[in-house]
Amino acid sequence: MTIAHKKPQTEMPKQSIEKRIHNFDEVALGFDEELALEEASRCLNCPKPQCKKGCPVEVPIPEFIQLVKEHRFGEAASKIKEKNALPAVCGRVCPQEEQCQKFCVLGVRGDPVGIGRLERFTSDWERLNVKTKAQKIEQTGGRVAIVGSGPAGLTVAADLAKLGHRVTIFESLHTAGGVLMYGIPQFRLPKEIVQTEVEYVKSLGVELRLDSTVGLLSTIQELKQNGYDAVFIGSGAGLPNFLKIPGENLKGIYSANEFLIRTNLMKAYKFPEYDTPIRVSKKVGVVGAGNVAMDSARCALRLGAERVYIIYRRSRDEMPARAEEAENAEEEGIEFMLLTNPVRFIGNDRGFLEKIECVKQQLSEPDKSGRRRPEPIVGSNFTIEIDTAVVAIGQSPNPIIQQTTEGLEATRHGTIVVNEETMQTSILGVYAGGDVVSGAATVISAMGAGKKAAKAIHEHIMTKKAA
Amino acid sequence: MYGIVRKEQLAPNTKLFEITAPAVAAKSKPGQFVILRIHEKGERFPITIADADPEKGTVTIIFAEVGKSSTQLGKLEVDDAILNFSGPLGNATKIEKFGEILCVGGGVMAGALLYQMKALKKAGNKITAIIGARNKEHLILIEEIRKFSDELYVATDDGSEGKEGIYFLKDILEKKFDQAITIGPTSMQMIVSEMTRPYGIPTTVNLFPIMVDGTGMCGACRVTVGDETRFACVHGPEFDGHKVNYDELISRMRFYNPNEKIAMLLFDGV
Ligand SMILES: Cc1cc2nc3c(=O)[nH]c(=O)nc-3n(C[C@H](O)[C@H](O)[C@H](O)COP(=O)(O)OP(=O)(O)OC[C@H]3O[C@@H](n4cnc5c(N)ncnc54)[C@H](O)[C@@H]3O)c2cc1C
Ligand SMILES: Cc1cc2nc3c(=O)[nH]c(=O)nc-3n(C[C@H](O)[C@H](O)[C@H](O)COP(=O)(O)OP(=O)(O)OC[C@H]3O[C@@H](n4cnc5c(N)ncnc54)[C@H](O)[C@@H]3O)c2cc1C
Ligand code: SF4
Ligand code: FES
Repeated sequence: MTIAHKKPQTEMPKQSIEKRIHNFDEVALGFDEELALEEASRCLNCPKPQCKKGCPVEVPIPEFIQLVKEHRFGEAASKIKEKNALPAVCGRVCPQEEQCQKFCVLGVRGDPVGIGRLERFTSDWERLNVKTKAQKIEQTGGRVAIVGSGPAGLTVAADLAKLGHRVTIFESLHTAGGVLMYGIPQFRLPKEIVQTEVEYVKSLGVELRLDSTVGLLSTIQELKQNGYDAVFIGSGAGLPNFLKIPGENLKGIYSANEFLIRTNLMKAYKFPEYDTPIRVSKKVGVVGAGNVAMDSARCALRLGAERVYIIYRRSRDEMPARAEEAENAEEEGIEFMLLTNPVRFIGNDRGFLEKIECVKQQLSEPDKSGRRRPEPIVGSNFTIEIDTAVVAIGQSPNPIIQQTTEGLEATRHGTIVVNEETMQTSILGVYAGGDVVSGAATVISAMGAGKKAAKAIHEHIMTKKAA
Repeated sequence: MYGIVRKEQLAPNTKLFEITAPAVAAKSKPGQFVILRIHEKGERFPITIADADPEKGTVTIIFAEVGKSSTQLGKLEVDDAILNFSGPLGNATKIEKFGEILCVGGGVMAGALLYQMKALKKAGNKITAIIGARNKEHLILIEEIRKFSDELYVATDDGSEGKEGIYFLKDILEKKFDQAITIGPTSMQMIVSEMTRPYGIPTTVNLFPIMVDGTGMCGACRVTVGDETRFACVHGPEFDGHKVNYDELISRMRFYNPNEKIAMLLFDGV
C-alpha cells in the first residue's frame, strides 16, 4: 500500500488560461469524487488535530474528512455546517494557506491536506444532491435584528436561529450576501452558490428584508424600541478610498467598488441583456495590489481589455493579495508595475482619461524596525497610456449607522468599538462584528466575529428572559 | 414588491406613480430620493420623492421617459409591482423659516419642488416660485404649485407659455431673498446659481449625477464642491450651488450615453 499522506496535495483542475480569460465562469473546477477520496485519504485523523487551531470558526476538520473517506458526503457536509453556515463560500475564498492548512502536521515535511478543497467538494456535493428543507426549531421568544447580510450577519443569523430566536436581517442592497455578491467576482465565487447558502440561512427561519438601509429607514434605536431584544451591526467596510490626486474625477476612473458592483452584482458583463452598463477600453490601470485589485484586474481582462496593469507603490513582497490570486492574475497576462506610485491622472479636452503619470519608487535603507519604506525617486516621473483606471486602495466603514446612532462609539477610522469578548458596542444590547469592526479583513474572520457575537447575544437574551 | 396604486400621465413622456411602500413613506422628507429596480435584469436608478403619505403608506414619484429603464417603468400599470424600491436616500432639504425664499423648478422636477414648497410654506416662509419647462405641454402641476406660492412665474424654453427662457429671473432677483432653492435640469440649476451669486443669495441645488447604490459604496456620484470631492448620495444630493463644479458634473453625467443608446435601440426593437 502506498503511503497516501506522503503524496503531494491533489491538484484541482482549472479552466485553461486561453479559455478562462474570455469568460466569467469559475476558474477552479473542484474535485470529483475520485480526487476528493484521494485527497481525503492523506489525512491522518490526528488525535490532537493541529488544523483546528487555525480555523476561526472551529470546523470539525478531521471528523468531516473521515466522513468523506467513508463516502458519507452528505453527513460530511452536515458536520461542517454544525460550525460553518457558508462552507461552499469558505471552501473557495478562505486563505487556508494561512489558517487550517498552515497548522496541518503534514505541512511540516510536505504538503498539508487540501482542507479547503475538500470543504468545497463536500458542500458542492450537498448542493447538487440534497434538498434543504425548512427546519422546525423550538422558539425562545427572543427577537434579534441584524444589519447587513454579509458573512458576519449571515453567521449571526444562522447561529441565533438555530438557538430558537426570531431573526430579521435588514439589507441595504437588493440582494443578500454583502461582498460575496457585490465584490468577489463570479469566476472565483459563483453567485448562484452564494444564494444557495443564503437560502440555507433562510431555511432556518430567518427573515430577510432587502432595500432597507438601517439609519435612514429605521435607526438602531428604533429597532430596539420596536421590540428587538438585541441588534447586531455587520455593515462591512463599503466606503471606497480614493487616491486624492489631481484628475481623479475624469471619465473612465472607477473605484474598485463601483467597478466590481457593476460587473458582479449588476452583471454588466452581460450588458445589454442586463441593463447596467460598464465601459472598459483597451488599456486598464488598476491601482493597488490586494485581492480587490487582483479581482478588478481579472474582471477588466474578461470585459475585453487588451492590456491590464497592476500599479503598486511597494514591492512584490509587500503585496497584500493572496499569493494564489496574484499568480492567477499573472498567469492570465496581467502586467505588474511595482514600486510605481501614481501622482496624477491626465485627460483630454472632453474629460476622458488618457494617461496616468507615475513616479518610480525605491526602497529606503531599513529603518529601526527593519522595515524598508518606498520613497519616490526624484525626476523619475513617466506616463502610462490608459483609458480606464480602477482605484483599489482599500475601503473604510460606511458612516451612515455611526452618524445616526447616538452613543455608538467609533474610532477615528470609522470602525465601531466593541468588547472583544462579547462584541458588544458601547450601547447595551447592540453588538457589531466583521469588517465594520476590524476594517477590511476576511470572510472567515467576519464569520468568527459573528459566532462570538451570537453566543453573547444568546446569553444576553436568556438572562433578560429569566429576569 | 411594491405595488402601483395610481398612475397619471402629466405631460408627454411624463408619468406620476403612487407606490405602496409604507416603511419608506413613514420616513420620506422633501429633497430625498429612492432607488428603483424594475426586474431581475434591471439597473438601479434614482428618482426624487415627489410626495409621501405616511397614513396611506404610499410614495409618489414623477419621472420622464428618457431611456430604457424609465420607459420600461412608464409601461407598468396600476396593480403592477416594482421589484425594488429603496429609500428614503440622501439628506432632506433643510426646512426652516428663512423669510423670503425663491424656489425654481424645471421639467419633471416640479413635483419634487412642490413637495419642498409644502414644507417650506408650513415653516412660515414667503415663497416666490418659478416653474419652467421645455414648452407649454411639459408644464406640470402648475395649479397645485400656485396654492403654495405667494408669487408664481411660469416660463418655457420656447415661450409657448409664460416667460421665454430663464433670464427674466434677473428682474425678480432685484427683490431681496433670504434663500433660493432649485431643482431640475443641471444646466438650469447652474444658471440659477450663477444668477443669484452677485446678489449673495444662499442657493441650494439638488444634483443628479450617475448613481449605482445610492448609499455611499461606489463613488460614481462624486461631484466637486469647493475643493472637495463629495458623494452626492450621502453628502447631498443638496449642495451649495455657488460651489459646485458644473462642467465636471455635466461631463460625468454623459459617460454612459453611448451604452444607453444601444440599450434603448435594442429595447425599441422588441
Ligand atoms: C473584491 C473583494 C475580494 C475579496 N476577496 C476575499 C477573499 O478571497 N477571501 C476572503 O476571505 N476575503 C475576501 N474579501 C474580504 C471579505 O469579503 C470581507 O472581509 C467580508 O465580506 C466582510 O464581511 P462583513 O459581513 O463584515 O461585511 P460585508 O460582506 O461587507 O457585508 C456588509 C453588508 O451590510 C450591508 N449594509 C451596509 N450598511 C448597511 C445599512 N446601513 N443597513 C443595512 N445594510 C447595510 C451591505 O450592503 C452589505 O451587504 C474580499 C473583499 C473584496 C471587496
Ligand atoms: C438623485 C437623483 C434623482 C433623480 N430624480 C429624478 C426624478 O425625480 N425624475 C426623473 O425623471 N428623473 C430623475 N433622475 C434621473 C433618472 O435617474 C434618470 O432619468 C434615469 O436613470 C434614466 O434611466 P434610463 O435608462 O431611462 O435612461 P438612460 O438611457 O440612462 O439615459 C437617457 C438619457 O437621460 C439622461 N440621463 C441619464 N441619467 C440621468 C440623470 N441622472 N440625470 C439627468 N439625465 C440623465 C442621459 O444623459 C441620456 O441622455 C434622478 C437622478 C438622480 C441621480
Ligand atoms: S492536522 Fe492535517 S492530517 Fe491532522 S487531522 Fe488536521 S488535516 Fe488531518
Ligand atoms: S451612488 Fe454609489 S456612492 Fe453614491
